[in-house]
Amino acid sequence: MAKRAAPEVNAGSMADIAFLLLIFFLVTTTIETDSGINRKLPPMEESDEDVVIKQKNIFTVLLNGKDQLLVEDDIMEIKDLRKAAIEFLDNGGDGSCNYCKGKKDPASSDNPDKAIISLKNERETTYKTYIAVQNELVAAYNDLRDTRAQAQYGQPFTEMEANYKDVNWPGNKEKLKVKIDQIKAEYPQKLSEVQ
Amino acid sequence: MSKFKKKKSGDMPAVNTASLPDIVFMLLFFFMVATVMRQNTLKIQNNLPFADQVEKLDKKDLVMYIYAGKPSANYTQYGTEAKIQLNDDFADVNDIASFIAAERASKREELIPFLTTALKVDSDANMGLIGDIKQELRKVNALKINYTTKKGSVFGNK
Repeated sequence: MAKRAAPEVNAGSMADIAFLLLIFFLVTTTIETDSGINRKLPPMEESDEDVVIKQKNIFTVLLNGKDQLLVEDDIMEIKDLRKAAIEFLDNGGDGSCNYCKGKKDPASSDNPDKAIISLKNERETTYKTYIAVQNELVAAYNDLRDTRAQAQYGQPFTEMEANYKDVNWPGNKEKLKVKIDQIKAEYPQKLSEVQ
Repeated sequence: MSKFKKKKSGDMPAVNTASLPDIVFMLLFFFMVATVMRQNTLKIQNNLPFADQVEKLDKKDLVMYIYAGKPSANYTQYGTEAKIQLNDDFADVNDIASFIAAERASKREELIPFLTTALKVDSDANMGLIGDIKQELRKVNALKINYTTKKGSVFGNK
């Protein structure tokens, strides 16, 4: 028998096989969400000494079981909450805060360092409303820190934090850390939740 | 003067599909790489809420997941109230402490302070359940938590 050349393999159906696999992965893919709002819970042990906080330094946010919002004894929509929180935090009533741009209203908070936001919700409040409120309050702090960082270092705070976390960022991380800590100290996030 | 002559039929060559497998393979590899196989089979509805002030969770292996929501369509015999799911099964609030202890035991000791608890809670669940979870987490001193959310405007899901 004479030797014959091996016949070429027909690759026409390769595309079909690849499509089959592709469709399988398309269907099974769930892009996992791995981002969210970070919070720190207060530790369990209660300190015995009562800290006296002036009423004007507390910004009360109440969420009732029907997802209605009561801010400082006034009914408010969630979309207005961020602005109200910024006004409260940036007020600087006692004049000790030289970077605050608020109205310096003596009836509102003394200083961003003393201003506390107190959030209370009921058991019937839905989770998405709670997250919306949390988000707006965190946004208020982030907005203030952004403006402050922009004025001082010409760069928004969120960008500084992103750079700090980015392993490929070429700049000096220690210097950046000092800047971030300074901005954080000027607008400390004091968000307390009532149980 | 017939400028617009009809082309002869049979003039058009067939489109070359030789590179089609390459394109498909490219897509295939993308999805193969991007796919994360779910760790837990969810028995609950898990439609996460939206938020835009989100931070990314850095290390996947340092996260403990607690799910909560209404039982999904196949598990309606467990009722319609929102329930907690730990690992692959429904759980009670009291089980959280032992779950956290088990998770901690499975990690290296020096990593334990960096463990974060991610709460993946359905947007329609009510805060009573989450308050209970938080109280339970405080008891076992797992204080770093993360409310896992989708990225988007908070007003979009009203």
